[in-house]
Amino acid sequence: MELHPIVAALRRHRLAVALLVLEIALCCAILCNLAFMIFARLSSMQVPSGIAESELTSLTIGSFRGDNQGAAADAIVQQQLAALRAIPGVRSADAINSLPLDRNSWYTEITFTPDAKDPVALICEFLATTNAVSTLGLKLVEGRAFTEADAAPMDSFLPTAPVAILPLALAHKLWPGEDALGKTFYMGAHRYQVVGVVEHLLAPVVHDPAQADFTALFPVAAASDTGGSYVLRAATADRDRVLREAEDVLLKISPTGIISDRRHYSEVRAQYFRQDRAMAGLLAGSCLLLLLVTALGIVGLASFWVQSRTRSIGVRRALGARRGDILRYFQAENFLIVGVGIGLGMACAYGLNLWLIERYEIGRLPLLYLPVGALSLWALGQAATLGPALRAARVPPVIATRSV
Amino acid sequence: MSMIAYYFRLALRSLRRNPVLSALMMVAIGVGIGASITTLTVLKLLSADPLPQKSAVLYYPQLDPRGSASTKSGAANAEPPDQLSYIDAMYLLNAHRADRQAVMAAGNFALRPDPVNGRAVKGFFADARETSADFFAMFDVPFLYGSAWTAADDDARARVAVISKALNDKLFGGGNSIGRTLPAGRGQLRIVGVLRDWRPTPRFYDIESRSSFGDAEQVFVPFLTARELKLGLDGSINCWSNSADIDHLETADCGWLQFWVELDTPAKAHEYLDFIGAYSAEQHAKGRFERAPNVRLRSVMEWLDYKRVVPGDVRLQAWLALGFLAVCLVNTVGLLLAKFLRRAPEIGVRRALGASRRAVFLQFLTEAGLIGLAGGALGLLLALAGLWVVRQQPADYAELAHLDLAMFAATFAAAVVAALIAGALPAWRACQIPPALQLKAN
Repeated sequence: MELHPIVAALRRHRLAVALLVLEIALCCAILCNLAFMIFARLSSMQVPSGIAESELTSLTIGSFRGDNQGAAADAIVQQQLAALRAIPGVRSADAINSLPLDRNSWYTEITFTPDAKDPVALICEFLATTNAVSTLGLKLVEGRAFTEADAAPMDSFLPTAPVAILPLALAHKLWPGEDALGKTFYMGAHRYQVVGVVEHLLAPVVHDPAQADFTALFPVAAASDTGGSYVLRAATADRDRVLREAEDVLLKISPTGIISDRRHYSEVRAQYFRQDRAMAGLLAGSCLLLLLVTALGIVGLASFWVQSRTRSIGVRRALGARRGDILRYFQAENFLIVGVGIGLGMACAYGLNLWLIERYEIGRLPLLYLPVGALSLWALGQAATLGPALRAARVPPVIATRSV
Repeated sequence: MSMIAYYFRLALRSLRRNPVLSALMMVAIGVGIGASITTLTVLKLLSADPLPQKSAVLYYPQLDPRGSASTKSGAANAEPPDQLSYIDAMYLLNAHRADRQAVMAAGNFALRPDPVNGRAVKGFFADARETSADFFAMFDVPFLYGSAWTAADDDARARVAVISKALNDKLFGGGNSIGRTLPAGRGQLRIVGVLRDWRPTPRFYDIESRSSFGDAEQVFVPFLTARELKLGLDGSINCWSNSADIDHLETADCGWLQFWVELDTPAKAHEYLDFIGAYSAEQHAKGRFERAPNVRLRSVMEWLDYKRVVPGDVRLQAWLALGFLAVCLVNTVGLLLAKFLRRAPEIGVRRALGASRRAVFLQFLTEAGLIGLAGGALGLLLALAGLWVVRQQPADYAELAHLDLAMFAATFAAAVVAALIAGALPAWRACQIPPALQLKAN
């Protein structure tokens, strides 16, 4: 196909062409960044927690604060745990202060020497009774889980048991290239030895995806330090019944207690990401609207050109051009215009991304988005031109003999 | 004037001649305007002043009692902590240097109501504010029944409470519940006040705990009473020493209290800043504060800005909508250009019959304005639909998203202005058409 006549014809409509190119460029720039933001959100929602999500349920029993303290509170927690473990279908149960993504975080700085002022990492503490590794379904990469003998009470907000289990990501950060097992670290004056390393253990709140796994699990005695929150593991099919019975069992032991946060773990994850999901939906909706508006613009201009060139189309047909030639002419014309628009648009997309990076917490646009965005706009352009181009192809040669 | 009416008729006729093209342009403008108004309404809602009549005289003092080499602080974070320790907050409270001052913390504790009409009511956890007497007068909190407690009640650790309208409806069927009691923790609180609906948005006085755009608390209790009854706390506690003892917050090196002051004139605000600076210097000299005085005194809006209360998502959406509007406008310019230039013969005839360039320009601008009006009407419908979608979102501010009168008017103004801008270029091109050439071509 000869491009020369197309370019020559477009020269006569410089302003309209410029507008269309501008529209395509804007659309391309916005579209690439939108698509990137959508996929970034969707992929952040997939962050692994390391726990057996589909088998966990949790609930909290609260009471008037200060009702029970010290040994009495310990005894009640032990009694409640025993009762929960006795529920048919419950594989295991533990008391724990928080769960991944439940927004209930407890941060502490860790150091390599006691009471040092130069922390090596800020981590989230998970404080649980000793069976928690198996209840949560954590995947031990090396070392061991806690045993009954590890349990020790809390000292203000630090566990006193000198053992800890870390996720791989934190172990790599603290001791790059070394085996973390047996290594020690400090929180305040307390010293802890790494006895186990698990694949993942996601924090209750994720601020920085690179530090999502900056957590540690510590064994505590069944004290009220875990806030009366229990996590139960049961087959997915049993979860509903187990949760109902758990509530009854707890209220039987503490009739004045108040049950809260009673839920399956899947709800915790859904709740945590609900705004991201909604935002992804909104962004996807905007993408579609944007494409629609752009397509309408292309259809409008293409129709206009077809109408205003009816006579020259007739002449071409009379001179021997076939319908396919006319169709291809308009399609090629659109291909050319959209191509220029995309070229400009990809540069704009990159620029827009740089601007967004500066102002919002957005990553660098992967280059792959540019050709994908370009291809989809080309496809959109071709589809939008098809209608008017087909109409042009139907113009009979006889038109050429008539005056306008 | 009669010419405008004439242009108006011409425009209507022209729009009817190409119904599809006209509809396309109206849809383009409508979609752009609808999306922009929706996101701007949300942005306006979220960046609104929560207390317009008073926010300028309310301030949030911050002190810096952290250790000099303290960890996450260090040189990297020169801003003082967001909350005050008990020692500092009580010092400022008792100093009475401001026109009004209130200490406060977020609380959450079990309420076990008395039976209602002989029927037992299940206990539940209520969100609470543990604060001091000035809170209500300082923030213009409206009362339905009764009134706030007094400073004497604060000092006496009186067992009193003020409850929200929602809680009063729930527990007392909306009746006057002054004098009734509310068992909380180990004590009995006597209700002295019931609030009217009160929901400062954002909830500026404590944006650390819970959500900034959620409901106000259900129960308000004197701070020292709550401490004595060991009512639960629900806010964040940041300690700047690993040896801090969080079981004894009264003496711990931890920030966990918010503190607001009312200073009626800028001069007083200046004096207050000097006052907390002097206090810091004194504490520094004593060795309790390891750093040189590092204080802040932010007004409500400065504080909200500093804490970045408006979600980044929302700002992003607003930019997005404006980009969207730009695409729609470029689109409309293109379509109008196509439409106007197709009428070149008609323009040529009008020009030959004596119409000035200005007349042709105005004629086409009238047509563009008409499209803008129709687009605005469509945009309004789309904005209403868009805000409905926003209200279905899981964000706390979602239920507050409604179109207000100003935005309603802005929709039309924006649409017409947008269409006029979009129409100016094509109309200018149209009026450049020379009369003679077109007549010859015909």
